[in-house]
Amino acid sequence: MRRIPLGAALGLIITVLFFLAAIFAPLLAPYGMAEVVGGVWEPASDKFWLGTDNIGRDLLTRLIYGGRTTIFIATAATLVAFGVGTALGLLAAVLGGWADQALSRFVDLVMSIPALIFALVVLSVTPTTVLVLVLVMGLLESTRVFRLSRAVAVDITVMDYVEAARLRGERRTWIIFREILPNALSPLVSELGLRFIFGVLFISTLSFLGLGVQPPQADWGGIVKENKEGIVYGIPAALYPAVAIAALSISVNLVADWVLNRTSSLKGGRG
Amino acid sequence: MGLLARLLAQRIALGLVLLFAASILIFVGTSLMPGDVAQEILGQSATPEALANLRAELGLNEPPLTRYISWLTGVLHGDFGTALTNNMDIATSIGKRLSNTLFLAGCAAIIAVPLAVLLGLIAVRFRDRWPDRLISTITLASISLPEFLIGYLVIYFVAVKLRWFPSMAMVYDGMTLAQKLNAVALPVLVLVLVVLAHMMRMTRAAILNVMQSAYIETAELKGLKRFTIIWRHAFPNAVAPVVNVVMLNLAYLVVGVVVVEVVFVYPGMGQYMVDHVSKRDVPVVQACGMVFAFVYISLNMIADIVAILANPRLRHPK
Repeated sequence: MRRIPLGAALGLIITVLFFLAAIFAPLLAPYGMAEVVGGVWEPASDKFWLGTDNIGRDLLTRLIYGGRTTIFIATAATLVAFGVGTALGLLAAVLGGWADQALSRFVDLVMSIPALIFALVVLSVTPTTVLVLVLVMGLLESTRVFRLSRAVAVDITVMDYVEAARLRGERRTWIIFREILPNALSPLVSELGLRFIFGVLFISTLSFLGLGVQPPQADWGGIVKENKEGIVYGIPAALYPAVAIAALSISVNLVADWVLNRTSSLKGGRG
Repeated sequence: MGLLARLLAQRIALGLVLLFAASILIFVGTSLMPGDVAQEILGQSATPEALANLRAELGLNEPPLTRYISWLTGVLHGDFGTALTNNMDIATSIGKRLSNTLFLAGCAAIIAVPLAVLLGLIAVRFRDRWPDRLISTITLASISLPEFLIGYLVIYFVAVKLRWFPSMAMVYDGMTLAQKLNAVALPVLVLVLVVLAHMMRMTRAAILNVMQSAYIETAELKGLKRFTIIWRHAFPNAVAPVVNVVMLNLAYLVVGVVVVEVVFVYPGMGQYMVDHVSKRDVPVVQACGMVFAFVYISLNMIADIVAILANPRLRHPK
């Protein structure tokens, strides 16, 4: 195990802190999630570290609970995307032929419409529940995971050891899980980070547009939507989620970069 | 010439097929979803009569294929039907908003494209030194934030604290060009920030890729200046990938516009679409989705066509 560079270590620590804050939100938050505790847009004070929001709820509390919702949805959507995307991508690479063609062309088609536009089209007829949001985001993102995992797996399937496994008469599932997946893991792990961040930005955007997480549930995009009127009066309440989103996504990016660099230099070493 | 013409014809045919398939996808996305569209529109408290009326109005009693074909014929004739919420003709509403959106996106593109290419060149010229690092850091920060937050940061600091530009982009008929430009200054700034980062990163990567070729090493060995090498030898060969990058980002701009319009209350396509998604006005959403898909697919097609045309091996076949 090589030493972790400073940037990646810092990124890892901050990412872990965000996830811990999301998990233990009820313990950390000073007030209740939807509890009105003060006046409208009170400035920061000992009682309210970041001030209060548009109807007098504690902003720090909203941010912590908001992070919980946002991170949970982004994580769930990323898991769906990777479950579906890698499974189909590896399958397409192993099967080849018309199955590969059909899947690849379908993914090309879905990717030819911008993800946000497609999500808006679908959300105009479906109820906006958390489950629907996770599925819509996850399936739309799975197209990108599919492309990556298929591209990586196609390179691996022509390797001698996969050929050897085939000649030994191993079953297809064994070849996918024991030969291809372990060797495709590093680019996929790096992609996992990027997809997660994309998920955070995506759900925040949907909530900001009023089509994501519904009030009174808190989430980072929703906090911006609720407090945007304050900006014109110079009240920065709507801008705090920016700090949270930027900190989280830069941290995850640093970790993802490091994972990719570490493993690609490893490959270079092996020749 | 035969090869080139064949490649171009193939690419254009592919674009048309994609467009056709996209129309199916958008129609299926709004029509065959689980759940009753009429129920979703009217809510749980709707009376059975109202539901039946709306179903008849939407043509939901017809088989999906019939509905799709009549919708598609309408679209091909420029008829998107009427909006459920206010019974206005959708094509007329879209026409005006689309020109507003294109104005906004066009202004952003005119600023962002040359700036991105220039910054990309600078980053390559001073590779791994402070200008490169600085540009990379700033672009990393700007791709780590969603578009709407960049929008509000800009409003907070430029419009509210400095009071340079209005925080809302009101545009109406009879405004002079200067007034219009003043109104859209902030949304354009936000869009530029959003696409600049992506465009610059990809330009940098495209030029660096060319810089590793043997003829660049030759130019270096014969003692040319770094900027001359980049400008005279690397850039002409990087034009195809760079144009590709630019086109892809213009396509990205089309999506960024949706969110930025909502932030600045700008009367364009994006706001129109988002408004009607929350009102569950399906015909409007289908129409907007189709227009956005059309612009996006066309720009991607143009990117590929330029790449084909810019390739000297295809232009002068042996």
